[in-house]
Amino acid sequence: MAEHTGAPEPADELRLVTRATYLRELTLKNLFLLCAFVAVLGVLLIFVFVGVRGWPAFTEIGVREFLFGRVWSPSTEQFGILPLIWGTILVMAGALALGTPLAVATAVFLSEIATPRVRSIVRPAVELLAGIPSVIYGFFGLVMLRPIIAEWSGGLGFGAFTAWIILAIMIVPTIATLSQDALESVPDGIREASYAMGATTWQTIYKVLLPAAKIGIFDAVILGMGRAIGETMAVLMVVGNAPVFPKDVFSPLSTLTTQIVMDMPYAVGLHRTALFGMAIILFVVSMSLVAVVRLLSRLGEER
Amino acid sequence: MDKRVANTIALAVLWVAAGITVFVLFAIIGYVFVNGIGVISPRFIFTWPHGVAAVGGIWPTIVSSVYVTTLAMLIVTPIAILAAVYLAEYAVQGRLVSTIRFAADSLASVPSIVMGLFGLALFVEAAGFGFSMLSAALALSFLMLPIVMRTTEEAIRAVPRFIRWGSYGLGATKWQTVSKIVLPAATPRIVTGIVLAAGRAVGETAVVIYTMGQAINLPRTPLDSGRPMTVHLYLLAMEGINLRAAYGTALLLMVMILFFNLGARWISRRYRKV
Amino acid sequence: MAEVHQHHEHVTTGPEKITVKNLDFFYGDFHALTKVSVGIAANAVTAFIGPSGCGKSTFLRTINRMNDLIPGTRVAGKVLLDGQDIYAPGVDPVDLRRRVGMIFQQPNPFPMSIYDNVAYGPRLHGAKKRAELDEIVQKSLERANLWKEVKDILPRGGLTLSGGQQQRLCIARVLAVQPEVLLMDEPCSAIDPASVQKVEDLMAELKHRYTIIIVTHNMQQAARVSDFTAFFLQETMGEPAVLVEFDRTSVVFTSPSDKRTEDYITGRFG
Repeated sequence: MAEHTGAPEPADELRLVTRATYLRELTLKNLFLLCAFVAVLGVLLIFVFVGVRGWPAFTEIGVREFLFGRVWSPSTEQFGILPLIWGTILVMAGALALGTPLAVATAVFLSEIATPRVRSIVRPAVELLAGIPSVIYGFFGLVMLRPIIAEWSGGLGFGAFTAWIILAIMIVPTIATLSQDALESVPDGIREASYAMGATTWQTIYKVLLPAAKIGIFDAVILGMGRAIGETMAVLMVVGNAPVFPKDVFSPLSTLTTQIVMDMPYAVGLHRTALFGMAIILFVVSMSLVAVVRLLSRLGEER
Repeated sequence: MDKRVANTIALAVLWVAAGITVFVLFAIIGYVFVNGIGVISPRFIFTWPHGVAAVGGIWPTIVSSVYVTTLAMLIVTPIAILAAVYLAEYAVQGRLVSTIRFAADSLASVPSIVMGLFGLALFVEAAGFGFSMLSAALALSFLMLPIVMRTTEEAIRAVPRFIRWGSYGLGATKWQTVSKIVLPAATPRIVTGIVLAAGRAVGETAVVIYTMGQAINLPRTPLDSGRPMTVHLYLLAMEGINLRAAYGTALLLMVMILFFNLGARWISRRYRKV
Repeated sequence: MAEVHQHHEHVTTGPEKITVKNLDFFYGDFHALTKVSVGIAANAVTAFIGPSGCGKSTFLRTINRMNDLIPGTRVAGKVLLDGQDIYAPGVDPVDLRRRVGMIFQQPNPFPMSIYDNVAYGPRLHGAKKRAELDEIVQKSLERANLWKEVKDILPRGGLTLSGGQQQRLCIARVLAVQPEVLLMDEPCSAIDPASVQKVEDLMAELKHRYTIIIVTHNMQQAARVSDFTAFFLQETMGEPAVLVEFDRTSVVFTSPSDKRTEDYITGRFG
């Protein structure tokens, strides 16, 4: 007995999308798009504002003289940043050399060896390390590490070596957390297959797992590299700030980032322009590293 | 070498590596704590530094740090959340989305000194805000934007599909579903992301030096300048004026950041169940 | 010789609430359903049965355009609600979903109070006054046979209820927006047996007011609760699924016209 009493009135017409609703949903969507576009706007603004101030460094000083000049001496109108470029590369390379093995080893430990209890101590420790501000790392390097190295090496304790140690510690969290994620996304079946063939844990790690995760680990290292190149405060406090080619790893030197901080307070005219020019270089390098990582990820997916 | 011996050595090395990492963390925290704890007192926290040697306290720097961080988070949070809503709910894979993501990644990797110079050029000089909380907060916002965008997007994606479908099935529009169901459900994770970003903002130095100046000041309006704890620590350390105060500042800064980090962790654990 | 009977539209006696004509459905390039034609009777329970993965749930979702939420899906053919094509250009799927409600396999109450769960729908559509909402909430919970169990704990979270109660809460939630049709996608497969009985009894009551379509992989359930049954089958992997047979439930289960139906009913596969 089908009754219709009490049932809701069936609508006579299918409701069409009203213009008001359509407009409202479209407006909302575009508002959100605008917010997402702020990121793009930010990048463009940085290009414009830093670029406009810094571009004359390349035109007025001259690309050859600026990028490859060996003397940085603003007081005598010499703006060669090669010593600074060298400083950046030297500091970054040493930090990577020290930090990458430590970070990847920690990542492997977390991913393959640690019990859940141990993991719950070590991983948060790594994440906390990431949260320590660079000025405190620099402070630690300045008051704790420098005297030790000074005694040990007979010099002042400022120099590439000190920077390597501090910077290596700073990039460990970046590389370790991303490497751990890369290792953990390797399917378990691969591990089981290796163990089933009688491989030890270590053999499984270096023959099977590390190769399988190598793209993710490489991405992590690139991001660590970006961090090392762009790091300012911590390096500033331990590197000695002498814009010259250091004679050894215990001599003061300077990097692109530290030189900007040192000179900015009193730089005027062409000097200031040169500093902005250095900022352009740093910005372009960091964006290129991001592009490299994205490209690698896309290639990795297509495989 | 026998494979078992190699295995044992390798595992030992890995344990040592992890141990070094944890040790370094405790070494740094411990060093700052041990040297700074003697300096902390109500007087240190609540009074002003005076004189060339900056003796006394660091109250204005504490206020400056909190002020600028709060302002930055207020500016960046709505934009980042709505941007994440777009990416998670409305966007279709394509050139536009790739561009946005590339831009966000780039912003995240900009060296802080470059961001500082950018802030100087745009907010301090071109926009005319001068050295101020506002200039610094705006520069910090650009730094924080990609971080909050990413954590918020992940939080939104973590809301299960069948909960959204329950809402759509009742005749809700996309925005009604997002605003009444998805965002509330994602709130704990979103908040965690914001707190973590705030922790990062508190620790920034290079960005704020060029946008806030270095003068010690108690900021009242956003156009006032000031000196945050990070810059104060940097100046004290580099100029070697007052190492005691430096340790105290470092410790307080450390405590503040640990508070943010552990707070974020606590929030995410408390709301994990949902 | 299995022959697909073409007399589906004439099976029902009485008004057809929903008429589907020659529906084809695509997930991107994948052709999931082909040439489905069926008439759903008003104020009756129609069951969709068939082996798992054969497209019954997909088909169910075409009736309230929930598949629109999945990117890359495409529909060809007509789906008529009270004689009007719901896929006609300009039709508002949001309002359609108010009229054609859905209950999901996994009970999915919102993380809010029982009261707010049921009030969610009415609030979406403009109801604001407390007295009005109270009445709607009570009436919906009564109709879902849940009122007596929860009337004293309305502020408690919807997720604190048992599985079966949660599912009835979801039903109450849908009833609160005054739909005409209830689509139920395996509503009993994730709840305990005692609650299954309650939900089945509920269906028998609800059909007097609403048109109900239930997807189920449980044949006994289909035989128990439904007036009409449609049997879907994907004969070969990679081929689209078809509607094999549609008839009164009593006929399908005792003297099916198609051998494939008979094989399925008697458990020879699926």
